[in-house]
Formats: sequence, structure tokens, C-alpha cells
Amino acid sequence: MIAPMHAPLQEVAAAQLPTRAGVGLKPAHYAAIIENEPEIGFFEVHAENYMGAGGPPHRNLTYIRERYALSLHGVGLSIGADRPLDRAHLSRLHQLILRYQPASFSEHLAWSTHDGGFFNDLLPLPYHGATLRRVCAHIDEVQDRLGCRMLLENPSTYLRFAESTWSETDFITEIVRRTHCGLLLDVNNVHVSATNQQTDARAYIAAFPLAHVAEIHLAGHNLEADELGRPLLIDTHDRAVDAAVWHLYGEVIERTGAVATLIERDADIPSWDVLFAEACQAEAIMADHAKRGARHARHG
Amino acid sequence: MSNSSTALLLATAFSTAIAATMVPVANADGMKMMTKEQMMQTRAANQKRAMAQKLEKCFGVALKGHNDCYAGAGTTCAGTSSADYQGNAFKLVAHGTCTTMHTPKGDGSLTPKA
Amino acid sequence: MPATAESGLPAPPLHERQRAFADAILNPALAAPAGLLGPDGVASAHRFGVYRNNVVMGLIHLLEDKFPAVLRLVGTPFFQAMAQAFVLSCPPQSPILLQYGGQFPDFIARFTPARELPYLADVARIEQAYLEAYHAEDADALDPSAFLAIAPQDFDRLHLQLHPSVQVLSCTGPALRIWQMNVGDEPLQPVDLGEAQCVLVSRPEALVELREIQGSSEVFISSLLDQASVVTALQRALAADPEFDLSANLAGLLEAQCIVGFGFAPPDVKRNDP
Repeated sequence: MIAPMHAPLQEVAAAQLPTRAGVGLKPAHYAAIIENEPEIGFFEVHAENYMGAGGPPHRNLTYIRERYALSLHGVGLSIGADRPLDRAHLSRLHQLILRYQPASFSEHLAWSTHDGGFFNDLLPLPYHGATLRRVCAHIDEVQDRLGCRMLLENPSTYLRFAESTWSETDFITEIVRRTHCGLLLDVNNVHVSATNQQTDARAYIAAFPLAHVAEIHLAGHNLEADELGRPLLIDTHDRAVDAAVWHLYGEVIERTGAVATLIERDADIPSWDVLFAEACQAEAIMADHAKRGARHARHG
Repeated sequence: MSNSSTALLLATAFSTAIAATMVPVANADGMKMMTKEQMMQTRAANQKRAMAQKLEKCFGVALKGHNDCYAGAGTTCAGTSSADYQGNAFKLVAHGTCTTMHTPKGDGSLTPKA
Repeated sequence: MPATAESGLPAPPLHERQRAFADAILNPALAAPAGLLGPDGVASAHRFGVYRNNVVMGLIHLLEDKFPAVLRLVGTPFFQAMAQAFVLSCPPQSPILLQYGGQFPDFIARFTPARELPYLADVARIEQAYLEAYHAEDADALDPSAFLAIAPQDFDRLHLQLHPSVQVLSCTGPALRIWQMNVGDEPLQPVDLGEAQCVLVSRPEALVELREIQGSSEVFISSLLDQASVVTALQRALAADPEFDLSANLAGLLEAQCIVGFGFAPPDVKRNDP
């Protein structure tokens, strides 16, 4: 198969997130961050939250951007929808990228637009040839329009489609091969989906094209059960990162080395110190890996 | 009123207004906690202010209400099942703040406290 | 590498799949679409319900965040049921959820079970205007002395440009007072339902400011917002209240940092002088 032609993907900037820990920027923490200027690798925002015309969100983000690296994370582009991308939304994203010069732009392997409008959720896709072509065409369009490489995030899923003919990891590997996009590996999503599908999270990581991962997400989830009493994890982003996810993250870092790692919290937002401590925990895992790597090199 | 007299009236109003902005204005006493008597006094004061036709600032603090909106993260609410959103407002009574209302027809409590 | 689909059947077209999925999310009476499987290959309605719940409850929580005074006035069960009816009939049309809920106040006004609380829709309008002001475009207030440069004969052609955050509301009851008692920690006090309040909403800097204004001020400012000249706005305000005090209202707008610019209608434009 021949990969499609590409425009240069690094027009805007060859920027990259620092290989450190960051935290999702929340309005509740603007004041604490501006006052204390915490020592942290980067901040990430949902692009759609900065699509208002003006006001405090832009003022605060401008101030913070002058002092920190920024990751722009889209939640509304609907890359997996079987309908044209929303060109107006792409333009708004382009404007935000020009204004804030983020080090990274990422979106999801999911869909959210439909005939009646827009869903505030990231809905799952069947993995087969038609969806592969659709997703790749959309990623090509996004990268051409935005003038930069995008990162694609693996979804959390609660079910799978009977018609799927690809595994998720093969599907994502093929997308990367065709579009040259980068990847955002959400380790919590891996754990959530593997638990929900009763598959092996470690096998997923082993099959994932880790060389293309430019960012990692960590978040909390909630344990429920389905109608047959089987565990059903909900990707809630409303609590601390689970011990099992920390463990899986450590295994990923063993394979990848340090990668920009985001602590995501979107609901029940705790004080800044709580999220900062989680970011420090991620940095400690990366530092520990680097230390052991250096020891191996000395003794090896 | 002719064009020129209107213009003059406006010019005068603007210069009066500009002069007024140079004078420090006493803070509005706002709408703080009130007994019924105080409320009546405040209403009288309000009426006095209405005569002065000042635009009184009554509220100017940052509320917590403008959180981010988020899409994508799941929500846990009483079991996350499809049956969670079967509430029927037509069978419910608005049942929140107990605010006693003085209506022109007399006092009445619209929303009994839970 | 691709394998054969578990179903052994050709994949249904993606757009049909997504349409059925979307329809079932917004219509709880519909069954979950076929072919959505749990780990053992058995269909699971409960698992589909997670998506349904995320969409609908997610939007309800979003409305709870945006309309805290309405929530407090009616209580959580009523609010959630009312918000659910709104969400299912008016799902978001845009991925910019900051803008979602703009039609909620009008929905409340038409919502029969809320009819007992005649002030509820106006309280919602205040909360909506507050959020719109919060996200409105930035602009610098005009230095009042800028008006000193205008030649006296030009004042009758004067138009004012107000800050993009400025809105005025004309409420049928004491909605501002009720709103204020139901956000923050203000103690609840009796109110007079016969008192119709008008409100000026603005955000000159970082903070949204609400002011109670006279009915004639509401007429004056809304005329200015409709691009009327100061003279026309004055005429309308005087029609509403012959005692309308122009200089006091201008001083109020200047103090509130609501005026960001001015301009002049062409001199040949004919006005109807009273």
C-alpha cells in the first residue's frame, strides 16, 4: 500500500512538549498558578474552552503561556465521524494555534458529531477498512489545515463493535503509517478498555507503536459493574490516578523513556497542590527510570 | 426641539456626566442581610436612589459558576445506567430554597423547605 | 492486520451505524443498537447506557454549573428533570460547550412544571447574561475626557459604542434580588414579587458586574445597543419616563466603564424631531 502524499507537517514550529509532567489547566487554579508559578513541565487545555471571544480565560491563558509550554487538546473535532470535518471548527483551532503557539496539538480516535448536532462525549468506532480510510483522510486534512503534526489519542471504550476487523493497536499502527501523525497514549484509557473488554493491558502496550508516542495521559476512573456483574470501569477524570494505572505507566516508561505526561482532572477538581503532587509522582517515575538507565550504562 | 438645542442639551448632559465621574462616589450599600424592617428601609432608600437615577452596582465578584466545560470524560451519576435520566419534572415539585414571597395579595411561601 | 469480523457479515455503512448510535443516545425509548458487544461477545445494553448517560448527565451537570441559582431555587431532582427535558429536545449544535444553554431560560419560561415560579426564567436569563459577559470580547473603556473634544453642534448625531459584554435585562419580578440571594452566601430574605427589576450586565475588566437600573435606563441602554443615536435613545427613554435624567445615566455608564467608543451619523441623515 502506498502512503498518501503529505504537505510538510512542521510548518508552525518544530515544538515539542518537554519530557516532563504537566497538569490540565483549570480555571479554579488560575490564581494559585499565577501567584506561585509552580515548577512544572507544561499545562494542557481543552481547545474548546478557549473558543470564547475574550474575558478572563484568555487573559489567564496568555499570562500562563508566557511562562510555560502549552499542549492544546481538542475534544470536538470528531475525527471518526462519517461526515466531513467541521471546517469552521478547524479554522477556530488554527486561530488558537496561531495565537498560543502550543508545543502540541492532540485529538481523539472517536466521533461526536451527528445529524442533530454535537455530543459532549467521545464515541467509539468500529475498526474496519472504511473507518480506517475515513479517519486517515480526516487526519490528513487536519494536519494540512493546521500546518502541524497532530497526536491521536487512544479511546477508553465500554463495548466493541461486532463488525470490527482490526485490533485497536493494529488500527492505530496503520493510521500512523499512513498519516505520519504522532500518538497520545492515555494509559488510563488502556487500563479502562482492557478491564472492560477483559483483555490484557500489557499485551496492548506491547502491540502499541510506542516509538510514535509524544505524550501520555494519566487520569482517574470509577469502578462499576455491568448487568452481568462484570467489572465496568468508567473513565471519569474525577479522582486520583489509580495504583494499577501508575504501575502500567511505569512499565510504559521502562519502554519509552521519559515522555511528556499529563495529569488530567476534569471533574471534582481538588486544590492545586493535590494535582501538583500527582505530577511530581509522574516525574519521580521518569527520574527513577533515567537513574536506573544511567546505572545500567555505568555497569554495563 | 431643534437640532441645535438638542445638541446643546446633550453637550450639557455629557459635561455634567463627565464632571460627576471625577467626584468619588460613595459605595452602594448593596443588598446585604436585612430584617423585614431593614428591607422596608432599604426599599425606601432604593426609591430615593431611583430618584437620583444612579446605576448602582450590586454585585461584582467572581463566581465559581464559570467552570470549564468538558467533553469526553465520562460521568458517574447514581450508577451510570441508561435509566439514570428518567426523572419526570411533571411529577416533581420545585423544592429548593425557602424564599418567602411578599406578593401584592399578601405573604405566601412558595417553596417549602425540604 | 485485519481479520474477519466476528459477526462474519459485511460491516454496515459507518454513517448508518453512527446515525443509529446517535438516535439511541437521545431517545431512551430506543433499544441499544445491535452488534455492540461486551467481553464475551454478548450484547450489553448497560454498556451502551454508559454513553447515553455520559452525554445526557454530562450536559445536565454542565447546566447545573451554569445555572447555580436556578438549581438552588428548585432543588436538584427538579432541576435535573427539567434540564433533561431541555437536553433531549435541544442537544448542543456546536462543539463549543461554553455556548450551550443559551436557550435554557426561554425553555424554562415555557416549561409548565416551573410555572409556579414566575421569576425562574428571569433568574436564568441573569445567569446566562453573566456567562456571556464573562466570555465576551475585551475592549478598553473610553476615557470620559474624550467627549470634551466633540464640537457642541455634533452631539445630536452622536452614537455610543458600548462594551461587548454589555446587556440589559427587563425582568417581570425581583429576579436580581432573588439571584443574589441564591448565589454565594447571602442569607435568604423576603422579596416583593411586585417589584420588577431591570439589570445592567457588564464585564469591564475581569469581573462581571451586575447593576440594578431604572426601567427608563433599560430603554435608553437597549436603544444604544440597537445602534440608535443618543438622541433617539433619549427620546425613547423620555417616553418611558418623562423624568429620565440623561446626565445621571451617562455618568453611570461612564463610571461602569461601559462606553468604549463613539461615532457620528452622517450629517445629512434626517431625524424626526418631536
